[in-house]
Amino acid sequence: MTTETEHVDSVKTYAVVWIALLILTALTTGVAYIDLGPFSVVVALTIAVCKMLLVALFFMHVRHSTKLTKLVVLGGLLWLAILLSLTMADFATRSWIGA
Amino acid sequence: MTTAVAEERETYLNAGHGVKSWLLTKDHKRIGLLYLFTITFFFFIGGVFATLIRLELLSPHGNLVSSETYNKLFTMHGVVMVFFFLIPSIPATLGNFFLPLMIGARDLAFPRINLLSWYLLVIGGLFAIFAMVAGGVDTGWTFYTPYSTSYSNTWVIATALGIFVAGFSSILTGLNFIVTVHRMRCPGMTWFRMPLFVWAHYATALIQVLGTPVLAVTLVLVLCERMFHIGIFDPALGGDPVLFQHLFWFYSHPAVYIMILPAMGVISELVSTFSRKAIFGYGFVAFSSVAIAVLGFLVWGHHLFVSGQSLFAGMVFSFLSYFVAIPSAIKVFNWTATLYKGSISYATPMLYAFGFIGLFTIGGLTGLFVACLGIDVHVTDTYFVVAHFHYIMVGGAIMGYLGGLHYWWPKITGRMYPEGWAKLSALVIFLGFNLTFFPQFMLGYLGMPRRYHVYPDEFQVLHVLSTAGASVLAVGYLMPLIYFMWSLKYGAIAGRNPWKATGLEWQTDSPPPVHNFDEIPIVTREAYDYSGTVGQEVQVG
Repeated sequence: MTTETEHVDSVKTYAVVWIALLILTALTTGVAYIDLGPFSVVVALTIAVCKMLLVALFFMHVRHSTKLTKLVVLGGLLWLAILLSLTMADFATRSWIGA
Repeated sequence: MTTAVAEERETYLNAGHGVKSWLLTKDHKRIGLLYLFTITFFFFIGGVFATLIRLELLSPHGNLVSSETYNKLFTMHGVVMVFFFLIPSIPATLGNFFLPLMIGARDLAFPRINLLSWYLLVIGGLFAIFAMVAGGVDTGWTFYTPYSTSYSNTWVIATALGIFVAGFSSILTGLNFIVTVHRMRCPGMTWFRMPLFVWAHYATALIQVLGTPVLAVTLVLVLCERMFHIGIFDPALGGDPVLFQHLFWFYSHPAVYIMILPAMGVISELVSTFSRKAIFGYGFVAFSSVAIAVLGFLVWGHHLFVSGQSLFAGMVFSFLSYFVAIPSAIKVFNWTATLYKGSISYATPMLYAFGFIGLFTIGGLTGLFVACLGIDVHVTDTYFVVAHFHYIMVGGAIMGYLGGLHYWWPKITGRMYPEGWAKLSALVIFLGFNLTFFPQFMLGYLGMPRRYHVYPDEFQVLHVLSTAGASVLAVGYLMPLIYFMWSLKYGAIAGRNPWKATGLEWQTDSPPPVHNFDEIPIVTREAYDYSGTVGQEVQVG
């Protein structure tokens, strides 16, 4: 059994993260009204990833968690990568042969 | 100890009385029994649908039920058996009951969440029952789009919601197992001293936690498109129907391993106990469970070979699918090697273990057939595939479940079941199973499609054989139900360790006390240490 001391972030940190999330949400909405062509999706997903990281690292305490917890988070992301990459192995190659 | 004292001993069964003490219990053993009652109920509901399907297929002319009713019968058979019986079967009953006992813990890590998981399964089940009673659902258990989102006029939403809710039951069970294995092992119970049943459940729990959320998301997307016409899967709305199949099988292929891995864990226990030997290649068998769990997530596209998936993706998924055969074969070979020079006894659980090894091997090898692009084009959506996955899910998972139930019944209830009847039922189930499903391999290879109730006359002989087998199988499944209940009152007192097995669960009383052990055990030996017991095979009968 490992013993851990629970790290507690200050209220100020949580407030800053919350405001950052609100700003990023507003940014997502704003960007949706600008035609960036194929980059619209790229920008939207980049902002979404930033928000996800803020929530995971601060609100879900991953930043100060044990290595095992970080491994669990990385495992989840790896499995998401498997889902996306092997699905794209189909979608991105349908025009090759015998589609 | 006198009999009178033994009868007064407090066990998890007599520690509280009344319905409330069961419905609010946080004891993993009682929750395991709640699951047992629930999935047994669903097993027989699913069995009724199977009976009607087989009766309909006696005749090639579809003259028992209408086509619409037949569509609903095979759909509800699949939904009930997969989501409300097979997925929770071994993990939620035997896993719930024995995982803490086998690692020397007093309970699972989160007892309240464990109870919540049972309630979620019941709530999900009620949605499904409502859908069945209200008129049924006809999409097939796979809910393929665009039929499920745009065309079916049956109870798709209620059924999908039921599966969605039940999925969270599975996630919570998996979460509980992972944390329990990491944090609740007793002193001396290192990772490589854990019984292989625990390793198998750990691997299963990883799949439950990593895969089931994707099913939940997918079903929500189906509901969004069906109710609000948000274009996800419908090409007319800008979606892609094959995307549904990717998302669905990302969960549903690994889901097969949620069913089979725990059964493999049971078989490891049975083969070791009834051979009086440690499992040959413990480390390989342990890691093969984890390997199956991981590789199982890389192969889902073999369900999409004829769906319009690209040929490149088809080749990748076909290639990756063959890799699953490696850890599966490691298990089969190592169980067989364990038997070598063992003091083998043919108690009922061991008969189920032998049945499992044979039937799983046939199911697994035919899995290689359907993983091959060329052959799969011929047999896709035929009875060959139906036979293949029943050899895995019934011949494998249910044989493992019944083997485990017989093996641990004395621990769960404190009573022995009647060995003669139990052996007979194992034999009847094995024969009935093969008579039901082997003809389906032939039917499928000859071109009989699945999900059709009208078929050419030349297929009738094989269909009649299959229905005859299903009747035998039904008798085999009813027998344990009867003699298990009989044994509760009339069975011989089991004692702590009727099989002379090595696991920690056999060191406590039968039935176990509320907190499992009077004193937390300290483990000093490897799992399955039968040294010094050579030649002492288990006395049965």
